[in-house]
Amino acid sequence: MASPEAAAIAAESPEETRTPRSMKLRLHLPAKLRNLELALLIFACAINGAAVILVQLGALGKILPEIIWMGGGLAALAVGLHMTLRFLAPQADPFILPLATLLNGLGIAEIYRLDLARGVSGWQAFSIRQIAWTGIAIAVAIVVVVAIRNHRVLQRYRYIAMFVGILLLLLPMLPGIGVEQFGARLWVNLGFFSFQPGELAKIALAIFFAGYLVEARDSLSLVGKHLLGMQLPRVRDFGPILIIWLAAMLVLIIQRDLGTSLLYFGLFLVMLYVATGRVGWVVFGLLLFVGGAVLASQFFSYVGARFHGWLDAFNPDVYNAVGGSYQLVQGLFGLAHGGLIGTGLGQGRPGIVPLAESDYIVASLGEELGLAGLFAIFALYLLFVSRGIRIGIAGQDDFGRLLGIGLSFVIALQIFIVVGGVTRLIPLTGLTTPFLAAGGSSLVANWVIVGMLLRLSDSVRQQPRLVVTP
Amino acid sequence: MNRELKRLSVAILAMFTALLCSSTTIAVLQVDNLRADPRNVRTLYDSYSAERGPILVAGKPIAQSSPVDDEYKYLRTYLEPYLYAPVTGYFTLNQGNTGIEGTMNAYLSGTANDQFLAQVNAILTGQTPKGAAVQLTIDPEIQQVAWDALGDHKGAVVAIDPKTGAILAMVSKPSFDPNTLAGHDTDLVISTYNKLLSDPTDPLINRAISGDLYHPGSTFKLIVASAAIDSGQFEPSSEFPNPSSLQLPQSTSVIHNSGNGTCGPGETVTIADALRLSCNIPFAELGEALGQDLLLKYTEKFGFGQDLGVPMTVTPSQIPDDLDDPQLMLSSFGQANVLVTPLQMAMVSAAIANKGVMMKPTLINSIIAPDLTILQPFSPEVFAQPIGQGTSETMTTLMVANVANGAASNGRIGGVDVAGKTGTAQNGEGQLLTLWFTGFAPADNPKVAVAVVVEDSTSFGNAVAAPIAQKVMEAVLKQ
Repeated sequence: MASPEAAAIAAESPEETRTPRSMKLRLHLPAKLRNLELALLIFACAINGAAVILVQLGALGKILPEIIWMGGGLAALAVGLHMTLRFLAPQADPFILPLATLLNGLGIAEIYRLDLARGVSGWQAFSIRQIAWTGIAIAVAIVVVVAIRNHRVLQRYRYIAMFVGILLLLLPMLPGIGVEQFGARLWVNLGFFSFQPGELAKIALAIFFAGYLVEARDSLSLVGKHLLGMQLPRVRDFGPILIIWLAAMLVLIIQRDLGTSLLYFGLFLVMLYVATGRVGWVVFGLLLFVGGAVLASQFFSYVGARFHGWLDAFNPDVYNAVGGSYQLVQGLFGLAHGGLIGTGLGQGRPGIVPLAESDYIVASLGEELGLAGLFAIFALYLLFVSRGIRIGIAGQDDFGRLLGIGLSFVIALQIFIVVGGVTRLIPLTGLTTPFLAAGGSSLVANWVIVGMLLRLSDSVRQQPRLVVTP
Repeated sequence: MNRELKRLSVAILAMFTALLCSSTTIAVLQVDNLRADPRNVRTLYDSYSAERGPILVAGKPIAQSSPVDDEYKYLRTYLEPYLYAPVTGYFTLNQGNTGIEGTMNAYLSGTANDQFLAQVNAILTGQTPKGAAVQLTIDPEIQQVAWDALGDHKGAVVAIDPKTGAILAMVSKPSFDPNTLAGHDTDLVISTYNKLLSDPTDPLINRAISGDLYHPGSTFKLIVASAAIDSGQFEPSSEFPNPSSLQLPQSTSVIHNSGNGTCGPGETVTIADALRLSCNIPFAELGEALGQDLLLKYTEKFGFGQDLGVPMTVTPSQIPDDLDDPQLMLSSFGQANVLVTPLQMAMVSAAIANKGVMMKPTLINSIIAPDLTILQPFSPEVFAQPIGQGTSETMTTLMVANVANGAASNGRIGGVDVAGKTGTAQNGEGQLLTLWFTGFAPADNPKVAVAVVVEDSTSFGNAVAAPIAQKVMEAVLKQ
């Protein structure tokens, strides 16, 4: 790491430029950060509780005792993670946990609202399962914080991470355990439970990309032949890039999942760009992907149908076709029904849209909270992503920086792909909205990301800083 | 690495900005188009959540929305379901609406154009939008009398105020209970609906204005006689040959008068006597003499083949325009291919009653906004003038004679001259008969014109239909 950058960062935090003062501050800072986190957490839990109450009042006209564990369960779990941080990562970023808790809680409230509309309860209810999964997910996040004391260890396992990642991605293609749902092969059924391995793959792949790129960035950007003004890397450096591209194309063609394919390839390109600074490769990679996608849309009807449903959504033929634009158009109707300020929680009709609790949770929230509520949710996500990018800016080791950037960017890209699809900005794909959407694999994966970002941000502040006095 | 990070941050910001733009486009710029799309059922559901206006009869609701504790907020309830179902129709969540519920839906749900400002006002002041009330012209007393008089018969009764066109009673049997279709359990509603739909007695059909139409039988002679006199070609005293049977030209079919005899004792019979005794052969001869063109001209003047809404669509009564001579002669006493609605025959009597002027029949008295301002007052409209005043006076005299000492004797009311005409229509070899009465009272200052039809009978119009009409007219005259 070049020292002028470190100097710039040090200059941004003037309290640390002089050793005695910074020592004095260090004694108080951790508690201060955690206290701030606790205050924000209480605020987030209050909003979540209010959301559940509004759902009950809006949909039922009365308050039911479910509120206690609907709101309280998540709050207790989040406070559990908070207490863990007090002991094990006292300098972790104070915003990440409250933001994730708030998004998760809003999701539970809206899923609960859809359960009420559907009239289901017990284990049939998505909200009950979502709370159970939240418990598992936060427990796993606590394990991540406890187990990974030093994130640099992960760099050692980068190739294992690659195999795990690709294996997870391709797992649904295995006959016997792979399950096809809604035209895409994304699920694995192990008999006792089923999950979407692609969600977990994004963490493994982010670890691999970070580890591989830290090692290979110099040879990628410096060694190799020049061709047409572009630096071509050596074949052995280039190999992993081709493997990733092939995996992405396989996901697209065999699993029929444009979203997952775009997510991983986009993640890879961005991390490659950040590591090497070569825009040409990003352009090259994008062309490879778009070329592959366009070809696939020509040869495979399910990919073509996605494009058709996007461009010509209101055409009655497309609207009524199997796998047509019915869901997209009904989602748009829902958003329009919400308008600027929404119908109010529990007072819209989000249940009309298929998969309103998972793929279309954003449309459901948009209907009941309106454009104003959507903007607030986007702002929460943007804040979450910016805390992750901050690790990349302030971090001390390149592996940690790249990993932080990768993990936060993958969330930003996933939101863009999902919400862009729902709002007809890009073709609709079947990805879940992080933290909000119903789904266990997605929750566990995103809370693992929370755990890792907390660990990374803690290590950013724990590092003794290089102080350069002018 | 930091230069790349700055660019990446800008890219992420751009991604989120794009999402802000796309969602704003939907929720602000395209919102009107999306809300107006007929596939957007949310707009439809919203109309159920608004308090739907009541349907009133003499100021009292016969259909109203009562608050319930579910997501639709209101349940449509019908207070005298069977009595009024053919008029109100039914209101379902997603299986469509009929009757007044269907045709007046815009007003009842509060979405009509002249309620727009009131709706905006309601939204701005935080009130729940409400629909307007629709007050009907139906007189509850007359409706009840007509309902009771029709008894267990399949058929219909229509009573009109001939001077205004206001429909005072509209009964159709068998009827149904629209409460069973207004529920919020869609599966139950659909199964009930299918049961009603497959019921061979067709309870969902308002027989007074729609359905398969009826042969008018001898009541059609009113139109033939009116045409003959109003055209100036014949007088009531014009005479026709009076055989006891007549073989139709170019055909082996032989027609008879009712009772198989001649029409009175003479070699010839006048139009007046033929109408009074309701003979078929003289009217077949009269129809042939008038010719198809003149007959079609008068049927159209009386409203055949014309679009009419009361406000529900009335099936146009029909007579073909390519009759050969035998068909023309059969049609002239209301057989063959002539088909009518009971409302059409009530309109014929009403026009004769009202000096030849036919008022547009309607069920709507007024439309009243939730703040009690009248959105649409009652305004009688002239529909047509099929015959001149002189013809109407002549026809009245003939119809009075028909009741006083002719074939429609069971229409008599003590102390009042009643004008009337019965009918007993055949529906083919071996088929049951359709019985008719149409007329008005009092003859000198008509207050009510009626038409009664009774399906599937083996009796005569004068025996079954005339007493029903008599009770309805008497109820009006007692008021």
